[in-house]
Amino acid sequence: MIIESTMKAVELLFSFDSEIYTIIFLSLAISLLATATASFFGTILGILISISDFKLKRFTKKIVFTFMGIPPVVMGLVVLLLITGPFDGMNLLFTKSAMYIAQTLLVLPIIVGNIIISSEKTQKKILETATTLGANKYHKITLLIKEIKPFILMSVILGFSRALSEVGAVMLVGGNIKNDTRVMTTYIALNNSMGEYSMSIAMGIILLLIAFVLHTLLARFRGDFYD
Amino acid sequence: MKKVLIVTMILFTLLLSSCSRDELLLVTTTSVENSGLLAYIIPSFEEEYDVFVKVVAVGTGAALELGKLGEADVLLVHAYDLEVEFVNDGYGEKRNNVMYNDFIFVGPNELTTTTLADTLNEIINNYDFYSRGDNSGTHTRELSIWEQNGHTVDDFGSWYKETGQGMGSTLSMTSLSGYYTLTDRATYLSMLENLDLVIAYENAEELKNQYGVIKINPESHNRNELFADQFYDWIIREDTQELIGTYIKYDEQLFFPNS
Repeated sequence: MIIESTMKAVELLFSFDSEIYTIIFLSLAISLLATATASFFGTILGILISISDFKLKRFTKKIVFTFMGIPPVVMGLVVLLLITGPFDGMNLLFTKSAMYIAQTLLVLPIIVGNIIISSEKTQKKILETATTLGANKYHKITLLIKEIKPFILMSVILGFSRALSEVGAVMLVGGNIKNDTRVMTTYIALNNSMGEYSMSIAMGIILLLIAFVLHTLLARFRGDFYD
Repeated sequence: MKKVLIVTMILFTLLLSSCSRDELLLVTTTSVENSGLLAYIIPSFEEEYDVFVKVVAVGTGAALELGKLGEADVLLVHAYDLEVEFVNDGYGEKRNNVMYNDFIFVGPNELTTTTLADTLNEIINNYDFYSRGDNSGTHTRELSIWEQNGHTVDDFGSWYKETGQGMGSTLSMTSLSGYYTLTDRATYLSMLENLDLVIAYENAEELKNQYGVIKINPESHNRNELFADQFYDWIIREDTQELIGTYIKYDEQLFFPNS
């Protein structure tokens, strides 16, 4: 069945079926946008948390680390309750926007958590040196960001992988509607439920290929990263 | 600390591998499982034959596919034409009627239409509709209903959406979106409390929903076929049929035995 499915994957890719390409494109677009948003806010939040001293710091960190492992389907449920409750008027249910929101919230703690860990490790020696050299707070933060850049990149990749591979949240808030909110993972779930296992494996192979290409590009972008 | 971890791992492994009893693999549709019928009748089978019944609930399309792979002993599904084809192709040894109920259109409001054709036109012209879109028994039936009334699903506009999910999820989505959908009565009734939906149109004659039992051809797997035979005979036996008829939810009989 695996050989048969691999052939089907190739066939699927080269069939230029517009539905398949729409699904792949939508997956990438939503996950990329969500990761970008989460990375921007996550980096800022992570660094702010790591360099500031406040009362509930330890508790806040614990919460962030807990949310790093939140099951996507639970995050989907939270977003579902939000958009059918307080934000009912915005008509977000079963839309791409809802999927984007859910994935952003899913990736955010991963970025924040990883940034906190790496920034706390590096900041001591850097900040001491910087203080000795007379840097102000703004300079310190930019310096810190520069210094932990590889870690930021790594958490972005982690976050993106999480967004691209999760199925629970997008299924719940997107609804897996054909030609509208169907993405790669929900497409796979659907084909599993129909017993079309070779189609599932085919799409799974495509998903892995995309991940491989992305990582190859990233490795090129930052040669030292995988050393 | 390390020792505790290792001991825990070993215990978990033992726990997970210790379950081996005589068992029967029953693959059925989500509608049967969600209705609670199996929990109601299976214990009496398990008691009589001292077999543990493993129930896997998937769509009818997937159930038949699992059957083809030999990953089932018996099937309890609802897509008559596909079932007959399945047996004729040699995947199933035999098939028999078990019970029936009916499909209903549900939505936010009751429709005033009196015939199926009018109902379909009313939905086409005025409402949004969720289709299962997952090759399940209900989806297969929905497609044939449109087709028999001269409509081509491929030509439908954006009001017709495929959810690609199970009956339960699709009903929840229908309720949240205020759309219409086609469902089997049992799943609808079993979820009634959580849904903001009413029966929009019903017609037990034209929308009959027949369930059948199939014994998988024993050549396609290497399990004990004795239990499959026992189950097949048991579910179409008179006293079991009576038991099915006594399963009532919200004051309604969910399944009507007709083996």
